[in-house]
Amino acid sequence: MASNSGTDGRSQIRRRVGLKLWLSAGWLGVLVLAALLAPWIAPQDPLAQDLFLGRLPPVWQQGAEPGFWLGTDSLGRDVLSRILYGARLALIVALVAGSLTCLIGASLGLMAGFLRGWVDVVISRAIDIWMAFPPVLFSILLIAVMGPGLVSIILAIVVIDWTRFARVVRAEAMAQGAMDYVASAQVAGRGRVSTMLTEILPNVLPTIVVLLTLEMGIAVIVEAILSFVNLSISTDDPTWGGMIAEGRTSIHQAWWVLIFPLVTLFLTVLSFSQLGEGLKDRFDPVLR
Amino acid sequence: MADLYSVENLHLSLPDLTKKPLLGSAPRIEILKDVSFALPKGEILGIVGGSGSGKSTLGRAMVRLLEPTGGKVLFGGQDITHLDEAALRPLRRRFQMIFQDPMSSLNPRHRVGQIIAAPLALHGFADVPARVTEALDHVGLPRHFAARYPHELSGGQRQRVGIARAIALRPEFILADEIVSGLDVSSQAQVLNLLEGLVKELGLTLAFISHDLSVIRRLCSRVLVLYRGAIVENAATADLFAAPKAAYTRELLDAIPLPDPDQLWA
Amino acid sequence: MSFLKITGLSARLKGTAFPILRDVSLEVAAGEVHGLVGESGAGKSMIGKAVLGILPASVEITRGAIELDGMDLLSLPPAERRRRIGATAALIPQDPLTALNPSRRIGPQVTDRLVDILGWPRARAETRARELLAEVHIPDPERVMRSYPHELSGGMRQRILIASAFAAEPKLIVADEPTTALDVTVQKQILKLIAEMQARHGTALLFVTHDLGVVSKVCQSLSVLYGGKVMEATTVRDFFRQPAHGYSRALLAATPKYTDPAASLTPVPDAVIAAVQAEIAAHDRSLRHG
Repeated sequence: MASNSGTDGRSQIRRRVGLKLWLSAGWLGVLVLAALLAPWIAPQDPLAQDLFLGRLPPVWQQGAEPGFWLGTDSLGRDVLSRILYGARLALIVALVAGSLTCLIGASLGLMAGFLRGWVDVVISRAIDIWMAFPPVLFSILLIAVMGPGLVSIILAIVVIDWTRFARVVRAEAMAQGAMDYVASAQVAGRGRVSTMLTEILPNVLPTIVVLLTLEMGIAVIVEAILSFVNLSISTDDPTWGGMIAEGRTSIHQAWWVLIFPLVTLFLTVLSFSQLGEGLKDRFDPVLR
Repeated sequence: MADLYSVENLHLSLPDLTKKPLLGSAPRIEILKDVSFALPKGEILGIVGGSGSGKSTLGRAMVRLLEPTGGKVLFGGQDITHLDEAALRPLRRRFQMIFQDPMSSLNPRHRVGQIIAAPLALHGFADVPARVTEALDHVGLPRHFAARYPHELSGGQRQRVGIARAIALRPEFILADEIVSGLDVSSQAQVLNLLEGLVKELGLTLAFISHDLSVIRRLCSRVLVLYRGAIVENAATADLFAAPKAAYTRELLDAIPLPDPDQLWA
Repeated sequence: MSFLKITGLSARLKGTAFPILRDVSLEVAAGEVHGLVGESGAGKSMIGKAVLGILPASVEITRGAIELDGMDLLSLPPAERRRRIGATAALIPQDPLTALNPSRRIGPQVTDRLVDILGWPRARAETRARELLAEVHIPDPERVMRSYPHELSGGMRQRILIASAFAAEPKLIVADEPTTALDVTVQKQILKLIAEMQARHGTALLFVTHDLGVVSKVCQSLSVLYGGKVMEATTVRDFFRQPAHGYSRALLAATPKYTDPAASLTPVPDAVIAAVQAEIAAHDRSLRHG
């Protein structure tokens, strides 16, 4: 009796977590497919301009043209196709910038929090100094120096955001380092670095995964912001931020140019953060 | 019989970070003050005292989780007081420890099998899976528990895993630090009976740290009473309970609530 | 005439069928000390929490009644219930470290109850707090009232919690494992203090503990719990002399006694656990069909 009913309460919590997890994973999955298959599924050439087709409304509105599902912008470019191609850039930035930031920040945080001593002093000071820079100014400065482009955006995100991982992972590693299973590994004769990798890392991994998914969302936003202020890649290439910037100017004549990329951006960032929450619970063997 | 452990004039102090001045180093607090005793092979030594008595610190200095600031710890005749981690590594197989809180001493992300196997692999044992099974058998846990996570076990079962991990290495000495204080009486009785059996069967020497004199009396042949970092009494268990010499020992004995409504407190 | 009367109280984990308490009935007379004993997860501290109306949000009461001083608590609207409980009952918590707010001085933490619940003027409450601290043998109450919790020892903090539990002159106090975190020598002082205060104020006490030794020293009657069900309710003397239930006998056999080193410790045998679980299952069935 007691043994089987003990799981009742947990399975209910899990079902709700599961729904959020699946919805956000679903959206991101659709986005990944869209990005991969963009050349085949995009109904139009995202760069093709045709002033005669300018500011066409979405298909369900009066005056729409077939084939331009979500309408066109002022230059006659297909909004849906541009969103699909824009997903490519957004996801590349999310994956590459997110993983690099995570790798660098989490490694430094782990070393600082577990090895302590002078390693911690050096890394902690670096974090403190780093965080004193205003991040937006810092990124604009970086890109101004390096010049706009994909690599610059990714570098800017990594350089600014590694502290986010380092701080949290350091605190978590310190807390785990005080647990008896670390002392027990020492009694067993395990070395410091080996203990860090086999005992501490698995316990901070859920935190890292949550941070990573959040960071991917942040990377998407930062890329959009930089595109919005025209510091991203060349203006011709479709980016969500660039589309939002263009849509802003014609909001009264053609709302769809602004709204569709905005909603896509919103859903993507939301999905990343919800995915992080959901994964955290999945990773926890106590809740599983 | 030869002494397995010999502790001579042991001192240990730690920096008191709560009183650290803005500049300069923190003042040190003396946790162990001139502690000396010998632990013969095959004996079960009880170490008792209140919180802040230094009993856990003494234990951790014996298995060299802490480095003493003065005096000597001899293990099997070898001075291990100031050995560094690399020099200690080959010795570590020979002295093991069981921790108070099995929930925090078992890594929640490793399965029971991995937990018992990890020290074996580190020390280069050949037949690791067979030894894991043997250790589980020894502590009376079903073999399929190797695939479980610590949180899936009860408190008593977790503490058995802690014991299995320690004995799997076939050590000569085990330090048990308050290992039954978080357990219900029934699990406590099981773990104590198990430990007693294992000590006989495997020819272990045991140091058993506890705040509970009833448990010490049940298990130990000799008792050290610690008070504020110093030994106030070191006696055979029967003598200590029959005729406690130190005032603090008497106070400890008087304070035990005997499960008997007719024995009223003075 | 019983001051606290619990009848057929059942509770479960919210939204599930997992039982926390099974048809618990017990009575505590005015001025009586009643022990609730059992192993972890037996539901002993849930009873105390149910009486004080501080059950965790994940636990819901499914049936039964709690009568405090002749008032049926569960039939009262929540605000009225909180007011009644606040005026008649108090808690001595388990962990003296977390039960006091670390960033506030002791004085206001003791007087808050008097000012907020009984509406006393602050000056009068402070005088009373000083008296109370002296009553629990705290030297220099004036200084302690100005101290922060971290400046005091564990035993001292527990004394303060006892003083503040008695402050509003409650008729019932729930003590939830009040000495588990303390050294034996301090435990003895604290238990004697609780007994002394209880006798002087004539307060009924519901004493939750896992330690049969402690029960034998402070309680007059007790209920033994397993799986949220009362196995045996009797006087302390009868429990230790002639325990009626098999589980009670097994629990006593597993408890070490330093006066009797020859006695072997016997863990609660599997057969006893099986019998107890069968008893609970039969009881659950009779509830479902009856």
